[in-house]
Amino acid sequence: MGHLIPQAILPYVLPVVYAVVIVMVLPLLAGYIVLMERKVMADMQARLGPMRVGPHGLLQPIADAVKLLLKEDIIPENADRLMFWLAPLVSVTMALLAYSALPIGPEFQIADLNIGLLFILAISSLGIYGIVLGGWASNSHYSLLGALRSAAQLVSYETAAGLGLVSVLLLAGSLSMKDIVQAQLDQGVWFIFSVPFGFFIYLVGSIAETNRAPFDLPEAESELVAGYMTEYSGFRWSLYFLAEYANMVIVAGIATTVFLGGWLRPLASFHEHFPGTSIEWPDAFPSLLTLGVAFYCLSLAPKQPVKIQKIVMLAVAILCFILSGALLGALFAPTGVMQGIHGAFWFMAKVFAYLYAFLWFRFTFPRYRFDQLMRLGWRFLIPLALVNVIGVGVAIVLRQQLGWGPVASLIPTTLATLGVAIWLAKDDAPAATVQTADGE
Amino acid sequence: MTERGTNGMGNVSTTVLGADEIILNMGPQHPSTHGVLRVKLKLDGERVVGSECIIGYLHRGVEKIAEHRSYQQFAPYVDRMDYVAAVSNGLGYCEAVEKLLGTEAPPRARVVRTILTELQRIASHLLWLGTHALDIGALTPVFYCFREREEILKIFEKYCGARLTTHAFRIGGLQYETYDGFEQDVKRFCDDFSQKIDEYETLLTENRIWVGRTKGVGILSAEDAIAMGVTGPVLRASGVKWDLRKAQPYAAYDLYEFEIPTRSTGDTYDRYVVRMEEMRQSRRICLQAIENIPTGPIMARIGKVLKPPPGEVYHSIEAPKGELGYYIVSDGTTQPYRVRVRPPSFINLQAFDKMARGALIADVVAIIGTIDIVLGEVDR
Amino acid sequence: MYVLNSILFYFFSALAIASAILMVTRRNIVHAAVFLITTLLATAGIFLQLQAEFLFIVQVILYVGGIMVLFVFVIMLVNLDVSMRLVQFNRQWFVAGALALVLGAQVLFALWAGHTSLRLPAMQVDISPKNTEAVADALFSKYMLPFEIASILLLVAMIGAVVMAKRRV
Repeated sequence: MGHLIPQAILPYVLPVVYAVVIVMVLPLLAGYIVLMERKVMADMQARLGPMRVGPHGLLQPIADAVKLLLKEDIIPENADRLMFWLAPLVSVTMALLAYSALPIGPEFQIADLNIGLLFILAISSLGIYGIVLGGWASNSHYSLLGALRSAAQLVSYETAAGLGLVSVLLLAGSLSMKDIVQAQLDQGVWFIFSVPFGFFIYLVGSIAETNRAPFDLPEAESELVAGYMTEYSGFRWSLYFLAEYANMVIVAGIATTVFLGGWLRPLASFHEHFPGTSIEWPDAFPSLLTLGVAFYCLSLAPKQPVKIQKIVMLAVAILCFILSGALLGALFAPTGVMQGIHGAFWFMAKVFAYLYAFLWFRFTFPRYRFDQLMRLGWRFLIPLALVNVIGVGVAIVLRQQLGWGPVASLIPTTLATLGVAIWLAKDDAPAATVQTADGE
Repeated sequence: MTERGTNGMGNVSTTVLGADEIILNMGPQHPSTHGVLRVKLKLDGERVVGSECIIGYLHRGVEKIAEHRSYQQFAPYVDRMDYVAAVSNGLGYCEAVEKLLGTEAPPRARVVRTILTELQRIASHLLWLGTHALDIGALTPVFYCFREREEILKIFEKYCGARLTTHAFRIGGLQYETYDGFEQDVKRFCDDFSQKIDEYETLLTENRIWVGRTKGVGILSAEDAIAMGVTGPVLRASGVKWDLRKAQPYAAYDLYEFEIPTRSTGDTYDRYVVRMEEMRQSRRICLQAIENIPTGPIMARIGKVLKPPPGEVYHSIEAPKGELGYYIVSDGTTQPYRVRVRPPSFINLQAFDKMARGALIADVVAIIGTIDIVLGEVDR
Repeated sequence: MYVLNSILFYFFSALAIASAILMVTRRNIVHAAVFLITTLLATAGIFLQLQAEFLFIVQVILYVGGIMVLFVFVIMLVNLDVSMRLVQFNRQWFVAGALALVLGAQVLFALWAGHTSLRLPAMQVDISPKNTEAVADALFSKYMLPFEIASILLLVAMIGAVVMAKRRV
């Protein structure tokens, strides 16, 4: 293969291929995450969710996409046309650009920047312009205020989330995403177990950064003040929508890489083999799981009411069988291939688990009011994150000077941060806007 | 529409940066105003400094229509006022006319009326809870509440054929006997229900975010409440222990044991707790009532054509929203001379301005929800 | 490799110059802000092309993601329709034009006189890739005092801003 391509452009071929794959797959992925959200929402609300379009609603995202593409493009009369066109574009571009540093497998990465983590954070902060310019371009006073409020929320929680990541960076010693996962492999423990508070801070910060409930007042405030997306319809709106879900996958990807071990399988240092082969026990799990899903789809296929739904369900089952076969086959392939395919499987599984937590929170908690939201960010999360960083610094001293183990050195940190968190939470009474009885 | 009596809102300047006051209109079409209510808010930055509720979008002239219908013919109209709790409306009206006629419904009818009215109270509070939680951002409780409400509506449907505007009672008693399995249905519902209330409480009562959104929001003191004539759960949450079911018992309420939940602060959280507890107490009343429903006739002997003697009567009941009163003036003919309804939602809505001053915009939605208004009753 | 470097450099610098020109000629101030953002991003691109990735990322995070967001906030919150109706050229345009020409002539002269210094040595291909670490090393050892002074300055500025913006409670 190498001699067919001129030497000069060989290093650029694989990244371009990955980039094209990601840009093609991502809208589909975002659409299916929306479907997953609707199904999970329905499950939590004691109902079924989309069931009609395709078996169990599996073709719903495609129907939605087609509808949005065919809708009329409406631009408000006094809107600033350049900004109106530019704003969703900025949002989507930044969301897609951040994927270039995300490692899905040990070799499955568009660009292994040695400032990878910082790059993704920087690109996420550029996504704010999409919101602010969108609010401005709508030529509506309330859209603008909603957009600015949303941007203020994003900026505040970015700081907190970034500080949560810094605590992990101290342990990993590098900004390159691949090195961070490697550090988790070397230290034998995922960073979520070493620095649970870093994970908690990043979790809350990332929910607020993607404007998800319970921090979605700027969006859901369309009850009172029009959000920044109001004037957008059809394809432009679908770009914003895509950007939002792409952002969700990005923050899930960062959390997975930094806290949950990236592409590492759960028992990465457990090397017991199946007798007689060189296959390790935990490696059989992915193919068994997809095999199970395939059989489940197969069992559901005869129960579909309409013939076309039966066919699509069978197609899904066959797809799962192929996937299972690929995962199984990878076990017998050379190490690079196996790591690549299984790595991608574990990465996606962890990303979906993180996203499930997002969805779970959305349908369980009510919404924070904006001042309570800002108070939470500035007066609880950021001090907690600072204490966490200092604590991890102390832990590193313990590890290097006194020789404590990787997890043991972090226990005092965790306990101290827990104490500070409890103290801050008590101090932060929720009745921030107690009015006196005469309405002062 | 002139702007007289605009609560002192006056002139405003319209700088963008919110340094001065702006007027925000939550128009009649709005997902959170529970009907066609228009609220004009005068804002200083984020805080509400004045408000005005503009109603009348659902005015249908019900009281005027009453003057041209016979007493029995008017009964279905009454359901359409508070359409969320139609059975209570019917109870109030039928009892008021019975008082005018000087009769009383037979014991069996009174007990069945109590059971249905208490079920309706639970249904009304469930709808309130679901929509209030939805306004504050909890997307899930509304589905659970409607699932329970569905059970109650099924019982109503089996009893009188309608789910929402039931016309369940007649002047003098009941038209329909309870159907076979009525007691079992009600018992089954009540047995499941306490677990379900616990489910809602798990989601909301101790939740930091819920408490943060509702505690200290929309405080109404007891003096203000009494001065404005506010009744119902709003009054009880402000600390006044007043419930017509205990103070002036009607139907069969004097036969049963139940508590009147009261709280002290009068904020949104207290009103939430009061209504949750009221649902439990209603369930308790239903369980006691179905233990022994007396046998006997279900209709008093009053004849087909009703011509009450000239006179007037005021009779009020404790509807889910507050004191629902009927003032009926009869001139001796088959049609009333005047029927005046004391709508609890309308009078409770007066307290909105008091509650909203000093609140943030995001709280206004919570305050409208917590008063529990139904525009059909406010406007009639 | 060298060709790619040149292409990138000319692309980014053309973008920077074009954006800068567009920025100063727009009447709509939000458009001007957006073109300033583009200019800063193009400059960051030049840093990246020179393999100074830490400078690139700092330029993006601080300048574009922080300072320009602030600019844009202020522009959008303050009612600036008035500025669009301002007269663009006042009566002193002749003097201003003459001064600009003189300044331009001085810059051109300086460039011509010192043109030998513009011939820089060819870039070594094996520059150490870890310039984040290098910057951190320098910042925390040799330049520790200026670093701390700068952070205290920022803290003071932040406290001042919060105090001034707080309303009377």
